[in-house]
Amino acid sequence: MSADALGTLLQQPLQFPGAHSALAPAGPQAERVHALWQFMWIVSAVVWVVVVLAALYATFRRRMPAVDAPLEEREPLSSGGPGMLTAVIGATAATIVVLFVFLILDFRTGRALTTPPAGALPIKVTGHQWWWDVQYPSSRPDQIVTTANEIHVPIGRPVVLELASADVIHSFWPPNLVGKRDLIPGYTSTLWFRADSAGLYRGQCAEFCGYQHAKMAFYIVAEPPEKFTAWLAQQRDSAHTPADSLTRRGREVFLSSSCVMCHSIQGTPAGSRVGPDLTHLGSRLTIAAGTLPNTRGNLAGWIVDPQSIKPGAEMPSNQISPDDLQALLAYLETLR
Amino acid sequence: MRHWSAAARLALCGSAVAAGLSLYGCQREERRFTEWPPTATAEGAVREVELQPGPPVRRVATRSAYEENAYAVSEGKRLYGQFNCSGCHFHGGGGIGPPLMDDEWIYGSQPENIFETIVEGRPNGMPPFGGRLSVQQVWQLVAYVRSMSGLVPKDVAPGRDDHMQVTAQEQQTDQARPKQSFQPPSTTRP
Repeated sequence: MSADALGTLLQQPLQFPGAHSALAPAGPQAERVHALWQFMWIVSAVVWVVVVLAALYATFRRRMPAVDAPLEEREPLSSGGPGMLTAVIGATAATIVVLFVFLILDFRTGRALTTPPAGALPIKVTGHQWWWDVQYPSSRPDQIVTTANEIHVPIGRPVVLELASADVIHSFWPPNLVGKRDLIPGYTSTLWFRADSAGLYRGQCAEFCGYQHAKMAFYIVAEPPEKFTAWLAQQRDSAHTPADSLTRRGREVFLSSSCVMCHSIQGTPAGSRVGPDLTHLGSRLTIAAGTLPNTRGNLAGWIVDPQSIKPGAEMPSNQISPDDLQALLAYLETLR
Repeated sequence: MRHWSAAARLALCGSAVAAGLSLYGCQREERRFTEWPPTATAEGAVREVELQPGPPVRRVATRSAYEENAYAVSEGKRLYGQFNCSGCHFHGGGGIGPPLMDDEWIYGSQPENIFETIVEGRPNGMPPFGGRLSVQQVWQLVAYVRSMSGLVPKDVAPGRDDHMQVTAQEQQTDQARPKQSFQPPSTTRP
Protein backbone atom coordinates (compact mmCIF):
# COMPACT_ATOMS: atom_id res chain seq x y z
CA MET A 1 0.00 0.00 0.00
CA SER A 2 1.41 3.36 -0.97
CA ALA A 3 1.68 6.23 1.47
CA ASP A 4 -0.86 8.24 -0.54
CA ALA A 5 -3.49 5.54 -0.34
CA LEU A 6 -2.82 5.19 3.36
CA GLY A 7 -3.18 8.92 3.80
CA THR A 8 -6.64 8.78 2.23
CA LEU A 9 -7.45 5.85 4.48
CA LEU A 10 -6.43 7.72 7.62
CA GLN A 11 -8.47 10.76 6.72
CA GLN A 12 -11.58 8.76 5.92
CA PRO A 13 -11.37 5.58 7.97
CA LEU A 14 -15.05 4.80 7.47
CA GLN A 15 -14.95 5.04 3.68
CA PHE A 16 -12.20 2.46 3.40
CA PRO A 17 -14.16 -0.78 3.01
CA GLY A 18 -13.42 -3.26 5.74
CA ALA A 19 -10.61 -1.31 7.39
CA HIS A 20 -12.31 -0.63 10.69
CA SER A 21 -15.71 -2.25 10.95
CA ALA A 22 -17.26 -5.08 12.91
CA LEU A 23 -19.60 -5.60 9.95
CA ALA A 24 -16.80 -6.82 7.67
CA PRO A 25 -15.40 -9.82 9.58
CA ALA A 26 -12.04 -11.22 8.46
CA GLY A 27 -11.72 -14.15 10.85
CA PRO A 28 -13.81 -16.81 12.64
CA GLN A 29 -14.10 -14.83 15.88
CA ALA A 30 -15.32 -11.71 14.17
CA GLU A 31 -17.67 -13.85 12.06
CA ARG A 32 -19.28 -15.34 15.18
CA VAL A 33 -19.67 -11.91 16.72
CA HIS A 34 -21.06 -10.63 13.45
CA ALA A 35 -23.55 -13.53 13.18
CA LEU A 36 -24.71 -12.91 16.76
CA TRP A 37 -25.06 -9.22 16.05
CA GLN A 38 -27.08 -9.94 12.86
CA PHE A 39 -29.42 -12.29 14.72
CA MET A 40 -29.93 -9.76 17.53
CA TRP A 41 -30.50 -7.00 14.98
CA ILE A 42 -33.20 -8.96 13.13
CA VAL A 43 -34.99 -10.08 16.33
CA SER A 44 -34.84 -6.54 17.73
CA ALA A 45 -36.23 -5.16 14.46
CA VAL A 46 -39.18 -7.61 14.61
CA VAL A 47 -39.82 -6.73 18.28
CA TRP A 48 -39.72 -3.02 17.43
CA VAL A 49 -42.25 -3.45 14.60
CA VAL A 50 -44.59 -5.49 16.86
CA VAL A 51 -44.37 -2.90 19.65
CA VAL A 52 -45.07 -0.03 17.25
CA LEU A 53 -48.06 -1.88 15.77
CA ALA A 54 -49.44 -2.54 19.27
CA ALA A 55 -49.01 1.11 20.18
CA LEU A 56 -50.79 2.20 16.99
CA TYR A 57 -53.63 -0.25 17.68
CA ALA A 58 -54.01 1.09 21.23
CA THR A 59 -54.07 4.64 19.90
CA PHE A 60 -56.61 4.20 17.14
CA ARG A 61 -58.94 1.46 18.46
CA ARG A 62 -62.58 2.24 19.10
CA ARG A 63 -63.00 4.43 22.15
CA MET A 64 -65.55 3.92 24.91
CA PRO A 65 -68.45 6.33 24.52
CA ALA A 66 -68.37 9.40 26.69
CA VAL A 67 -70.54 9.11 29.76
CA ASP A 68 -72.36 12.04 31.30
CA ALA A 69 -73.53 10.22 34.40
CA PRO A 70 -72.03 11.14 37.79
CA LEU A 71 -69.15 9.00 38.92
CA GLU A 72 -71.01 6.92 41.48
CA GLU A 73 -73.69 5.90 38.94
CA ARG A 74 -71.29 4.59 36.27
CA GLU A 75 -70.66 0.96 35.45
CA PRO A 76 -67.28 -0.24 36.81
CA LEU A 77 -64.57 -0.23 34.10
CA SER A 78 -63.93 -3.61 32.58
CA SER A 79 -60.39 -5.03 32.69
CA GLY A 80 -60.39 -5.54 28.94
CA GLY A 81 -61.62 -9.10 28.93
CA PRO A 82 -59.80 -12.43 28.61
CA GLY A 83 -58.29 -11.43 25.24
CA MET A 84 -56.33 -8.58 26.80
CA LEU A 85 -55.06 -10.79 29.62
CA THR A 86 -53.82 -13.40 27.13
CA ALA A 87 -52.04 -10.72 25.12
CA VAL A 88 -50.20 -9.34 28.20
CA ILE A 89 -49.16 -12.81 29.39
CA GLY A 90 -48.10 -13.77 25.86
CA ALA A 91 -45.98 -10.62 25.41
CA THR A 92 -44.28 -11.12 28.80
CA ALA A 93 -43.53 -14.76 28.03
CA ALA A 94 -42.22 -13.88 24.56
CA THR A 95 -39.92 -11.23 26.08
CA ILE A 96 -38.50 -13.75 28.56
CA VAL A 97 -37.99 -16.37 25.85
CA VAL A 98 -36.29 -13.91 23.49
CA LEU A 99 -33.96 -12.64 26.23
CA PHE A 100 -33.08 -16.21 27.21
CA VAL A 101 -32.29 -17.10 23.62
CA PHE A 102 -30.04 -14.02 23.47
CA LEU A 103 -28.39 -15.04 26.75
CA ILE A 104 -27.65 -18.59 25.59
CA LEU A 105 -26.33 -17.48 22.21
CA ASP A 106 -24.22 -14.83 23.94
CA PHE A 107 -22.72 -17.44 26.28
CA ARG A 108 -22.03 -19.78 23.37
CA THR A 109 -20.28 -17.03 21.43
CA GLY A 110 -18.27 -15.99 24.48
CA ARG A 111 -17.17 -19.55 25.18
CA ALA A 112 -16.14 -20.11 21.59
CA LEU A 113 -14.00 -16.97 21.67
CA THR A 114 -12.20 -17.47 24.98
CA THR A 115 -10.38 -20.81 24.70
CA PRO A 116 -7.15 -20.31 22.77
CA PRO A 117 -6.08 -23.26 20.58
CA ALA A 118 -2.73 -25.01 20.89
CA GLY A 119 0.12 -24.00 18.62
CA ALA A 120 -0.90 -20.38 18.41
CA LEU A 121 1.57 -17.59 17.74
CA PRO A 122 2.17 -15.58 20.95
CA ILE A 123 2.49 -11.79 20.75
CA LYS A 124 2.88 -9.45 23.71
CA VAL A 125 1.05 -6.15 23.44
CA THR A 126 1.58 -3.45 26.07
CA GLY A 127 -0.57 -0.33 26.11
CA HIS A 128 1.10 2.99 26.86
CA GLN A 129 -0.24 6.53 26.89
CA TRP A 130 -0.70 6.70 23.86
CA TRP A 131 0.87 3.97 21.79
CA TRP A 132 1.14 0.18 21.60
CA ASP A 133 4.31 -1.74 22.30
CA VAL A 134 4.36 -5.00 20.33
CA GLN A 135 6.77 -7.81 21.07
CA TYR A 136 7.21 -11.22 19.43
CA PRO A 137 8.73 -13.27 22.26
CA SER A 138 11.43 -15.90 21.82
CA SER A 139 13.50 -18.07 24.13
CA ARG A 140 16.61 -16.52 22.61
CA PRO A 141 16.96 -12.85 23.54
CA ASP A 142 18.48 -11.96 20.17
CA GLN A 143 15.43 -13.39 18.42
CA ILE A 144 12.93 -11.16 20.21
CA VAL A 145 11.29 -8.69 17.88
CA THR A 146 10.05 -5.38 19.26
CA THR A 147 7.98 -2.99 17.21
CA ALA A 148 5.18 -0.54 17.85
CA ASN A 149 1.63 0.19 16.70
CA GLU A 150 1.76 -2.43 13.97
CA ILE A 151 1.04 -6.13 14.40
CA HIS A 152 1.95 -8.45 11.55
CA VAL A 153 0.17 -11.82 11.67
CA PRO A 154 0.20 -14.84 9.34
CA ILE A 155 -3.19 -15.69 7.84
CA GLY A 156 -4.78 -18.98 8.83
CA ARG A 157 -2.79 -19.33 12.07
CA PRO A 158 -4.28 -18.47 15.47
CA VAL A 159 -2.59 -15.63 17.34
CA VAL A 160 -2.64 -15.31 21.13
CA LEU A 161 -2.13 -11.79 22.41
CA GLU A 162 -0.81 -11.26 25.92
CA LEU A 163 -2.18 -7.88 26.85
CA ALA A 164 -0.72 -5.70 29.58
CA SER A 165 -0.69 -2.01 30.42
CA ALA A 166 2.19 0.20 31.48
CA ASP A 167 0.07 2.98 32.97
CA VAL A 168 -3.73 3.17 32.87
CA ILE A 169 -6.51 0.93 31.59
CA HIS A 170 -6.58 0.64 27.81
CA SER A 171 -8.67 -1.61 25.58
CA PHE A 172 -7.51 -3.51 22.51
CA TRP A 173 -10.10 -3.48 19.74
CA PRO A 174 -9.59 -4.56 16.13
CA PRO A 175 -13.26 -4.83 15.08
CA ASN A 176 -12.61 -6.76 11.86
CA LEU A 177 -10.93 -9.59 13.74
CA VAL A 178 -12.18 -9.88 17.32
CA GLY A 179 -14.01 -8.04 20.08
CA LYS A 180 -12.56 -5.79 22.78
CA ARG A 181 -10.30 -6.81 25.62
CA ASP A 182 -9.19 -4.45 28.37
CA LEU A 183 -5.53 -3.97 29.26
CA ILE A 184 -5.35 -3.69 33.05
CA PRO A 185 -2.24 -2.41 34.85
CA GLY A 186 -0.56 -5.20 36.82
CA TYR A 187 -2.58 -7.96 35.16
CA THR A 188 -1.98 -9.91 31.97
CA SER A 189 -5.02 -10.90 29.98
CA THR A 190 -5.10 -12.96 26.81
CA LEU A 191 -7.06 -12.62 23.61
CA TRP A 192 -6.81 -14.79 20.54
CA PHE A 193 -7.93 -14.41 16.97
CA ARG A 194 -7.26 -15.78 13.54
CA ALA A 195 -7.17 -13.72 10.37
CA ASP A 196 -8.36 -15.69 7.37
CA SER A 197 -7.99 -13.13 4.60
CA ALA A 198 -4.95 -11.00 3.96
CA GLY A 199 -5.43 -7.30 4.46
CA LEU A 200 -4.84 -4.24 6.57
CA TYR A 201 -7.12 -3.92 9.58
CA ARG A 202 -7.33 -0.89 11.82
CA GLY A 203 -7.67 -1.17 15.58
CA GLN A 204 -8.22 1.43 18.24
CA CYS A 205 -8.01 1.87 22.00
CA ALA A 206 -11.58 1.44 23.19
CA GLU A 207 -11.26 2.57 26.81
CA PHE A 208 -10.81 6.26 27.52
CA CYS A 209 -7.21 6.60 28.66
CA GLY A 210 -6.38 10.30 28.60
CA TYR A 211 -6.02 13.31 26.31
CA GLN A 212 -4.91 11.42 23.22
CA HIS A 213 -7.10 8.33 23.58
CA ALA A 214 -8.56 9.00 20.13
CA LYS A 215 -5.09 9.01 18.55
CA MET A 216 -4.14 5.62 19.96
CA ALA A 217 -4.67 3.39 16.96
CA PHE A 218 -2.82 0.41 15.55
CA TYR A 219 -2.82 -1.62 12.37
CA ILE A 220 -2.94 -5.37 11.98
CA VAL A 221 -1.24 -6.53 8.79
CA ALA A 222 -2.47 -10.02 7.91
CA GLU A 223 -0.27 -11.59 5.28
CA PRO A 224 0.56 -15.05 3.88
CA PRO A 225 2.79 -17.15 6.20
CA GLU A 226 5.88 -16.96 4.00
CA LYS A 227 5.61 -13.18 3.79
CA PHE A 228 5.14 -13.00 7.56
CA THR A 229 8.22 -15.18 8.17
CA ALA A 230 10.26 -12.94 5.91
CA TRP A 231 9.00 -9.86 7.76
CA LEU A 232 9.86 -11.38 11.15
CA ALA A 233 13.36 -12.35 10.00
CA GLN A 234 13.92 -8.85 8.69
CA GLN A 235 12.67 -7.30 11.96
CA ARG A 236 15.11 -9.49 13.94
CA ASP A 237 18.07 -7.78 12.30
CA SER A 238 19.85 -4.94 14.02
CA ALA A 239 19.43 -1.52 12.52
CA HIS A 240 21.21 -0.75 9.27
CA THR A 241 24.65 0.73 9.66
CA PRO A 242 24.72 4.14 7.96
CA ALA A 243 26.42 3.90 4.60
CA ASP A 244 27.02 7.55 3.70
CA SER A 245 28.08 10.68 5.54
CA LEU A 246 24.58 12.17 5.74
CA THR A 247 23.04 9.17 7.49
CA ARG A 248 26.14 8.81 9.66
CA ARG A 249 25.60 12.38 10.79
CA GLY A 250 21.93 11.56 11.34
CA ARG A 251 22.88 8.74 13.67
CA GLU A 252 25.20 11.08 15.57
CA VAL A 253 22.33 13.56 15.93
CA PHE A 254 20.10 10.80 17.26
CA LEU A 255 22.67 9.55 19.75
CA SER A 256 23.74 12.98 20.99
CA SER A 257 20.32 14.60 21.41
CA SER A 258 17.29 13.94 23.57
CA CYS A 259 16.01 11.13 21.25
CA VAL A 260 18.32 8.65 22.90
CA MET A 261 16.82 9.23 26.35
CA CYS A 262 13.58 7.46 25.40
CA HIS A 263 13.99 5.47 22.18
CA SER A 264 16.05 2.43 21.34
CA ILE A 265 17.65 1.39 18.05
CA GLN A 266 19.07 -2.12 18.18
CA GLY A 267 22.71 -2.19 17.14
CA THR A 268 23.44 1.29 18.53
CA PRO A 269 24.04 2.44 22.12
CA ALA A 270 20.43 3.71 22.19
CA GLY A 271 18.59 1.26 24.43
CA SER A 272 15.96 3.14 26.42
CA ARG A 273 12.56 1.52 26.71
CA VAL A 274 10.47 4.60 27.52
CA GLY A 275 9.22 5.28 23.99
CA PRO A 276 8.63 3.09 20.92
CA ASP A 277 11.49 1.00 19.54
CA LEU A 278 12.74 2.64 16.33
CA THR A 279 15.00 -0.13 15.00
CA HIS A 280 12.84 -0.60 11.90
CA LEU A 281 10.88 2.65 11.93
CA GLY A 282 11.18 3.09 8.18
CA SER A 283 9.25 -0.13 7.52
CA ARG A 284 6.16 1.01 9.42
CA LEU A 285 3.05 2.43 7.79
CA THR A 286 2.25 5.11 10.35
CA ILE A 287 3.86 7.20 13.05
CA ALA A 288 2.51 8.38 16.42
CA ALA A 289 0.21 5.34 16.85
CA GLY A 290 -1.71 5.53 13.58
CA THR A 291 -2.00 9.30 13.71
CA LEU A 292 -0.06 10.14 10.54
CA PRO A 293 1.21 8.20 7.50
CA ASN A 294 4.93 7.53 7.80
CA THR A 295 6.25 10.10 5.36
CA ARG A 296 9.34 12.24 5.63
CA GLY A 297 7.39 15.46 6.08
CA ASN A 298 5.14 14.02 8.77
CA LEU A 299 8.13 12.60 10.60
CA ALA A 300 9.86 16.00 10.50
CA GLY A 301 6.77 17.73 11.89
CA TRP A 302 6.42 15.10 14.58
CA ILE A 303 10.06 15.37 15.71
CA VAL A 304 10.08 19.17 15.83
CA ASP A 305 6.69 19.75 17.45
CA PRO A 306 4.81 16.63 18.55
CA GLN A 307 2.75 18.67 20.99
CA SER A 308 0.89 20.42 18.18
CA ILE A 309 0.00 17.06 16.58
CA LYS A 310 -0.78 15.10 19.75
CA PRO A 311 -1.04 17.55 22.68
CA GLY A 312 -0.12 15.83 25.91
CA ALA A 313 1.99 13.08 24.34
CA GLU A 314 5.08 12.31 26.35
CA MET A 315 7.44 13.26 23.52
CA PRO A 316 8.73 16.81 24.09
CA SER A 317 9.24 19.35 21.35
CA ASN A 318 12.75 19.32 19.94
CA GLN A 319 14.74 22.20 18.56
CA ILE A 320 17.09 20.80 15.97
CA SER A 321 18.93 22.83 13.35
CA PRO A 322 17.57 22.27 9.82
CA ASP A 323 20.73 20.48 8.64
CA ASP A 324 20.72 18.17 11.62
CA LEU A 325 17.02 17.48 11.13
CA GLN A 326 17.52 16.54 7.47
CA ALA A 327 20.38 14.24 8.44
CA LEU A 328 18.27 12.67 11.20
CA LEU A 329 15.35 12.12 8.81
CA ALA A 330 17.66 10.56 6.23
CA TYR A 331 18.98 8.21 8.91
CA LEU A 332 15.53 7.28 10.24
CA GLU A 333 14.35 6.52 6.70
CA THR A 334 17.14 3.97 6.29
CA LEU A 335 15.88 2.02 9.30
CA ARG A 336 13.89 -0.46 7.27
CA MET B 1 -37.68 42.65 46.80
CA ARG B 2 -37.33 39.19 48.14
CA HIS B 3 -36.31 38.59 51.68
CA TRP B 4 -33.65 36.01 52.28
CA SER B 5 -33.61 34.25 55.58
CA ALA B 6 -30.35 34.44 57.49
CA ALA B 7 -29.68 30.73 56.87
CA ALA B 8 -30.26 31.04 53.11
CA ARG B 9 -27.98 34.07 52.97
CA LEU B 10 -25.28 32.18 54.83
CA ALA B 11 -25.62 29.15 52.52
CA LEU B 12 -25.43 31.40 49.45
CA CYS B 13 -22.31 33.16 50.69
CA GLY B 14 -20.77 29.84 51.66
CA SER B 15 -21.34 28.24 48.27
CA ALA B 16 -20.03 31.35 46.47
CA VAL B 17 -16.85 31.20 48.53
CA ALA B 18 -16.54 27.45 47.87
CA ALA B 19 -17.01 27.96 44.12
CA GLY B 20 -14.34 30.67 44.13
CA LEU B 21 -11.93 28.47 46.05
CA SER B 22 -12.51 25.53 43.73
CA LEU B 23 -11.81 27.72 40.69
CA TYR B 24 -8.64 28.96 42.33
CA GLY B 25 -7.71 25.38 43.17
CA CYS B 26 -7.80 24.41 39.47
CA GLN B 27 -4.55 26.32 39.01
CA ARG B 28 -2.55 23.63 40.73
CA GLU B 29 -3.79 21.00 38.28
CA GLU B 30 -3.59 23.11 35.13
CA ARG B 31 -1.98 21.27 32.25
CA ARG B 32 -0.06 23.30 29.68
CA PHE B 33 0.41 21.52 26.39
CA THR B 34 2.68 24.09 24.81
CA GLU B 35 5.41 25.22 27.10
CA TRP B 36 7.48 28.34 27.09
CA PRO B 37 10.27 28.40 26.06
CA PRO B 38 9.84 25.63 23.48
CA THR B 39 13.56 24.91 23.24
CA ALA B 40 15.20 21.57 23.74
CA THR B 41 18.46 23.03 24.94
CA ALA B 42 19.20 24.61 28.27
CA GLU B 43 21.06 27.66 26.96
CA GLY B 44 20.07 30.77 28.82
CA ALA B 45 17.60 29.06 31.12
CA VAL B 46 19.69 29.75 34.22
CA ARG B 47 22.16 32.52 34.98
CA GLU B 48 24.91 32.47 37.52
CA VAL B 49 24.99 36.23 38.13
CA GLU B 50 22.57 39.08 37.61
CA LEU B 51 25.16 41.37 36.05
CA GLN B 52 25.03 41.76 32.29
CA PRO B 53 26.15 44.17 29.61
CA GLY B 54 23.65 46.66 28.27
CA PRO B 55 20.36 47.72 29.82
CA PRO B 56 18.65 45.36 32.25
CA VAL B 57 16.39 42.76 30.63
CA ARG B 58 13.30 41.57 32.42
CA ARG B 59 13.40 37.83 32.70
CA VAL B 60 10.42 35.52 32.99
CA ALA B 61 10.66 33.24 35.98
CA THR B 62 10.15 29.82 34.43
CA ARG B 63 10.71 27.85 37.57
CA SER B 64 7.76 29.10 39.63
CA ALA B 65 5.38 27.94 36.88
CA TYR B 66 6.49 24.39 37.53
CA GLU B 67 6.82 24.55 41.29
CA GLU B 68 3.19 25.55 41.76
CA ASN B 69 1.75 22.98 39.40
CA ALA B 70 0.86 19.46 40.54
CA TYR B 71 0.94 18.11 37.00
CA ALA B 72 4.51 19.33 36.46
CA VAL B 73 5.63 17.76 39.73
CA SER B 74 4.03 14.43 38.85
CA GLU B 75 5.64 14.55 35.39
CA GLY B 76 8.95 15.15 37.16
CA LYS B 77 8.29 12.05 39.19
CA ARG B 78 7.62 10.02 36.04
CA LEU B 79 10.84 11.29 34.43
CA TYR B 80 12.78 10.61 37.63
CA GLY B 81 11.91 6.94 37.27
CA GLN B 82 12.17 6.74 33.47
CA PHE B 83 15.59 8.41 33.29
CA ASN B 84 16.86 6.21 36.09
CA CYS B 85 17.66 8.91 38.64
CA SER B 86 16.72 6.24 41.15
CA GLY B 87 19.69 4.20 39.91
CA CYS B 88 21.94 6.36 42.10
CA HIS B 89 19.71 8.47 44.34
CA PHE B 90 17.17 5.70 44.90
CA HIS B 91 13.74 7.01 45.79
CA GLY B 92 15.31 10.02 47.47
CA GLY B 93 17.05 8.13 50.24
CA GLY B 94 20.41 8.12 48.48
CA GLY B 95 22.82 5.28 47.93
CA ILE B 96 25.41 5.69 45.24
CA GLY B 97 24.44 9.35 45.00
CA PRO B 98 23.53 11.67 47.86
CA PRO B 99 20.04 11.54 49.37
CA LEU B 100 17.53 14.05 48.03
CA MET B 101 14.89 13.93 50.74
CA ASP B 102 17.01 15.44 53.52
CA ASP B 103 17.75 19.13 54.00
CA GLU B 104 21.43 18.93 53.15
CA TRP B 105 22.35 20.32 49.74
CA ILE B 106 25.95 20.08 48.55
CA TYR B 107 25.37 22.43 45.60
CA GLY B 108 22.41 24.46 46.81
CA SER B 109 18.67 23.92 47.15
CA GLN B 110 17.43 26.75 44.93
CA PRO B 111 15.70 25.64 41.71
CA GLU B 112 18.51 27.24 39.68
CA ASN B 113 21.12 25.24 41.59
CA ILE B 114 19.33 21.93 40.97
CA PHE B 115 18.77 22.89 37.33
CA GLU B 116 22.51 23.42 36.98
CA THR B 117 23.25 20.16 38.74
CA ILE B 118 21.10 18.22 36.29
CA VAL B 119 22.20 20.07 33.16
CA GLU B 120 25.91 20.50 33.89
CA GLY B 121 26.53 17.52 36.14
CA ARG B 122 28.65 17.60 39.31
CA PRO B 123 32.00 16.08 40.24
CA ASN B 124 32.21 12.53 41.56
CA GLY B 125 29.51 10.90 39.56
CA MET B 126 26.56 13.15 38.62
CA PRO B 127 26.47 13.01 34.80
CA PRO B 128 25.46 16.12 32.81
CA PHE B 129 22.06 15.70 31.18
CA GLY B 130 22.37 18.91 29.13
CA GLY B 131 21.31 18.42 25.52
CA ARG B 132 19.58 15.17 26.41
CA LEU B 133 16.58 16.66 28.20
CA SER B 134 14.33 19.50 27.16
CA VAL B 135 14.22 22.56 29.40
CA GLN B 136 10.68 21.66 30.45
CA GLN B 137 11.71 18.20 31.51
CA VAL B 138 14.58 19.57 33.59
CA TRP B 139 12.29 22.06 35.36
CA GLN B 140 9.78 19.28 36.00
CA LEU B 141 12.55 17.16 37.50
CA VAL B 142 13.70 20.13 39.59
CA ALA B 143 10.19 20.59 40.93
CA TYR B 144 9.93 16.91 41.85
CA VAL B 145 13.39 16.78 43.45
CA ARG B 146 12.49 19.80 45.57
CA SER B 147 9.17 18.23 46.50
CA MET B 148 11.02 15.29 48.05
CA SER B 149 12.28 17.45 50.89
CA GLY B 150 9.15 19.55 51.14
CA LEU B 151 10.41 22.65 49.31
CA VAL B 152 7.39 23.03 47.02
CA PRO B 153 3.91 23.97 48.26
CA LYS B 154 2.29 21.02 49.94
CA ASP B 155 -0.83 21.10 47.75
CA VAL B 156 1.11 20.33 44.57
CA ALA B 157 3.47 17.64 45.89
CA PRO B 158 2.29 14.12 45.08
CA GLY B 159 0.96 12.45 48.18
CA ARG B 160 0.85 8.99 46.69
CA ASP B 161 2.58 6.84 44.13
CA ASP B 162 0.84 6.05 40.86
CA HIS B 163 2.82 2.88 40.35
CA MET B 164 2.24 -0.21 42.40
CA GLN B 165 4.54 -0.76 45.30
CA VAL B 166 5.66 -3.86 47.10
CA THR B 167 5.56 -2.24 50.51
CA ALA B 168 3.12 0.13 52.08
CA GLN B 169 3.75 3.79 51.42
CA GLU B 170 5.68 5.80 53.91
CA GLN B 171 2.70 7.90 54.90
CA GLN B 172 0.70 4.79 55.67
CA THR B 173 3.22 2.88 57.75
CA ASP B 174 3.41 3.19 61.50
CA GLN B 175 6.13 5.34 62.87
CA ALA B 176 9.20 3.23 63.57
CA ARG B 177 9.91 2.72 67.25
CA PRO B 178 13.41 2.03 68.55
CA LYS B 179 13.94 -1.64 69.13
CA GLN B 180 16.22 -3.20 71.67
CA SER B 181 19.14 -4.74 69.84
CA PHE B 182 19.77 -7.31 72.57
CA GLN B 183 18.05 -8.70 75.57
CA PRO B 184 19.29 -7.07 78.78
CA PRO B 185 21.24 -9.64 80.83
CA SER B 186 18.95 -9.17 83.80
CA THR B 187 15.94 -10.55 81.86
CA THR B 188 17.67 -13.69 80.60
CA ARG B 189 18.88 -14.81 84.01
CA PRO B 190 16.44 -16.77 86.08
